[in-house]
Amino acid sequence: MAKIVLSGKAAAVNPLKSSQPLGAAFAFLGIEGSVPLFHGSQGCTSFALVLFVRHFKETIPLQTTAMDEVSTILGGADHLEEAILNLKQRTQPKLIGVCTTALVETRGEDFAGDLASIKLRRAAELAGTEIVLVSTPDFDGAIEEGWTKAVSALVESLVAPGERMARQVNILPGSHLTVADVELLRDTCAAFGLDPIILPDISGSLDGTIPEKWLPTTYGGTPVACIRNAGRSAFTIAIGEHMRRPAQLIQERCDVPFMVFDQLTGLKSIDRFIALLSELSRQPVPAQIRRRRNQLTDAMLDGHFHFAGKKVAIGAEPDLLFGLSAFFAGLGAEVSAAVTTSAHSSVLDRVISERVTVGDLRDLEDEAGANGCDLVVTHSHGRQAAERLGVPHLRVGFPIFDRIGSQYRRTILYEGVRDLIFEVANLWQGALQQPTPESLDPFLKRSREVSDERPSPSTH
Amino acid sequence: MLKDKIAHVFEEPACDKNQAKGEKERKKGCSKPLTPGAAAGGCAFDGAKIALQPITDVAHLIHAPLACEGNSWDNRGAASSGPDLWRTSFTTDLSELDIVMGRGEKKLLKAIREIAERYAPPAIFVYSTCVTALIGDDIEAVCRHAAETLGLPVVPVNAPGFVGSKNLGNKLAGEALIDHVIGTREPEDAGPTDINVLGEFNLSGEFWMVKPLFERLGIRIRASVPGDARYADVAAAHTARVNMMVCSTALINLARKMDERWGIPFFEGSFYGISDTSEALRQTARLLVERGAPGDLVTRCEALISDEERRAWAALAPYRERLAGKRVLLNTGGVKSWSVVSALMEVGMEIVGTSIKKSTDEDKERIRELMKDDPHMFESMAPRDLYRMLADGEADIMLSGGRTQFIALKAKTPWLDINQERHHPYAGYDGMVELVRQIDRAISNPVWATVREPAPWDAAGYCVGPAFQQAITPNHDMEPDVSFVAHTRRKFAAMGADDMGEC
Repeated sequence: MAKIVLSGKAAAVNPLKSSQPLGAAFAFLGIEGSVPLFHGSQGCTSFALVLFVRHFKETIPLQTTAMDEVSTILGGADHLEEAILNLKQRTQPKLIGVCTTALVETRGEDFAGDLASIKLRRAAELAGTEIVLVSTPDFDGAIEEGWTKAVSALVESLVAPGERMARQVNILPGSHLTVADVELLRDTCAAFGLDPIILPDISGSLDGTIPEKWLPTTYGGTPVACIRNAGRSAFTIAIGEHMRRPAQLIQERCDVPFMVFDQLTGLKSIDRFIALLSELSRQPVPAQIRRRRNQLTDAMLDGHFHFAGKKVAIGAEPDLLFGLSAFFAGLGAEVSAAVTTSAHSSVLDRVISERVTVGDLRDLEDEAGANGCDLVVTHSHGRQAAERLGVPHLRVGFPIFDRIGSQYRRTILYEGVRDLIFEVANLWQGALQQPTPESLDPFLKRSREVSDERPSPSTH
Repeated sequence: MLKDKIAHVFEEPACDKNQAKGEKERKKGCSKPLTPGAAAGGCAFDGAKIALQPITDVAHLIHAPLACEGNSWDNRGAASSGPDLWRTSFTTDLSELDIVMGRGEKKLLKAIREIAERYAPPAIFVYSTCVTALIGDDIEAVCRHAAETLGLPVVPVNAPGFVGSKNLGNKLAGEALIDHVIGTREPEDAGPTDINVLGEFNLSGEFWMVKPLFERLGIRIRASVPGDARYADVAAAHTARVNMMVCSTALINLARKMDERWGIPFFEGSFYGISDTSEALRQTARLLVERGAPGDLVTRCEALISDEERRAWAALAPYRERLAGKRVLLNTGGVKSWSVVSALMEVGMEIVGTSIKKSTDEDKERIRELMKDDPHMFESMAPRDLYRMLADGEADIMLSGGRTQFIALKAKTPWLDINQERHHPYAGYDGMVELVRQIDRAISNPVWATVREPAPWDAAGYCVGPAFQQAITPNHDMEPDVSFVAHTRRKFAAMGADDMGEC
């Protein structure tokens, strides 16, 4: 069990986190015809927007209530109303996801009350558009929390009980899954003849679709009608511990049983996932999926040579960190440094590392330097640390802005893990250093070992 | 003539295998007739190239159609501390027209000239191959002519593939060195403690783990043949006082002839294993003193040995607990088997079998002494038997070369590469500790338990066991799809797991 420690620094250096409203907006981007709306000053939106664009290389519909000096002092309800009406009129969205920011939360207003009265007063004008509110101050949480809150809010405001649909299942993917991962989940469900409602579904909206006409909203994702229907599903599968809450909400409201998969990066959990789909659909596991499983075991056999004894430093949000720690440890590597964004997640206890630091990329770099490290695993901002440590850098999570196509990288299920094994092994093979007489000289080696006292042999 | 050369090589008096034979048998030579359709291993050209190519500053030119070099270049893990010309691949890449029109020799001469001009190597080695030998290209004449006109050593290596095995090729490479290279340069700094190490390939740079041990004793490695060697050092190798022969069967003719021609005594030793490394240092010191080196070398050597052995055993101690009782299957040829056996047994591992395919009688005797149990030695094992043995869990790890790697992996058994493609250096005291560390790593990798776990469904994809009965609330709306199940059951009726080609 990992020991969880908080970084004691006053100044966060090279932050690992992205903000909570960004996480909520990210989830709303997975709903068809939606526009996320930041209730805050313009900058809150534009920084998030730029980061999204850098990661996805897509147009991102993201709007702002553009709080100014006067509204900051007198109250933002008018700005919220105006923004909603303008958005409705100009973009005809099916859903507006209102994400609060630190500015308005610090000011402290009754957003829910304001929004209820706006909806009441403007019922006719706003007909056909759902408005969902999430409270996501920047000063708390990170992407995971924002994402969970947005999905929970969607469930609370839209999902209703109804007649059971035997082949319909809800899939609640966590924020750490890529577009390709979501597609893979859909295809896998389809292979069993199941009809999945994926909430949210970024695979439709952030997968680089080129639409026939200009759309000011998201042009894919989970349709609002489908979200309403989620209460009629036979089962809910949540992927990532942070999706437990929305799954629970669906169960409470509509009596849909659920199961949480804390990761789909290990052979055993993937087996459980596939077996669950088989049981839900009353169908045998299709041949192509059984083949994929074979391919993964072979990849594990071929790949484990490269992982054995390697030290890995991971900086990621809790669920991604946990999944990756299981992935690396399962192949014989050691997670020598683990840094995450938030202490709230129960999954942190299960991270396969001696300790987990809630901190920043400076902490990651320091711990990697102290404990030894053969690979830095974090988002693109970790590139400076990797460079200084002189080791390769596997880019995971959000944002990845200095590599294109990262949304199409599969990281879960048999084929995703298979590919990930190869990617990591190839990073190491590419960075292989030729031996030199100096590096192997036993006498020089001893004098080096004396100077940096490291325990040997390494225990697993 | 090549024929005479081969007969001559076969009559190796220093080879104990050869000496054990009768007169008639000896005449037949030692190449076992290969079994078409059931042969494995490389040809004589392969052997010759392996034995010479790690000489790092030489341009190695293969006179052949593409396959001989094109399919085999840059495939070995020898390391160089300087030039990397040896890793640049040169071949005459003969075309059909070249062969039909007899333009091979001309093309070869031109190729030699091009290489000399562009790369200016200290020497060029020219290898003959099956096709060029068959069409009668006289590489010796071409090399002589090229050497005269270019003013640089151009060495013919006459070992076409069809003449025999890889091992024969090793020996023919030794002949090329003795005929054309060694003794062609007189160094100014020859000293009383110079030695050569023959048959050391410096795989993964492992000789660099041993060289400092010699240097600490004031012993200079004049030439390590071929690993990380320079042409000039090999050319001056005759001035060394002692030869250590590492890979016993590869260059034995070279060692014996150097003894005959220049009076350089040789001994056979190994850097694999703690006691073997000590023995190699001890023998070197003893022979050097016999040849006039200062007598205190022996006492200094003993001091170094006791210090290094103490360190190595201390470093191995923590592994004893982790590895005691673990069963090793050694599937490798030659000298490696007995020298590693003793060290593995020292950390408490059990040797469940060792291959003696390339071992000499002496090797076998040593293994017998160590293991006190004959049945554990096998000549060679069919892949099927090897697979069965590993799949049945009769060994915890197999140490072998890359060729049998996948037998172990498909049997989901830990495997460690101890041949030429490996990435870890295992020579000397530190190397033995490294080997044990790698064995520990391989065995303790959690991947084995994971991949051995069967899928929770049968060969036809039907889930076995009540995996989720509790998790899923009974779903009364959906009846089991009887027709579907019946259909698939029919489809797969009477099929076994093997028919499915799965799992």
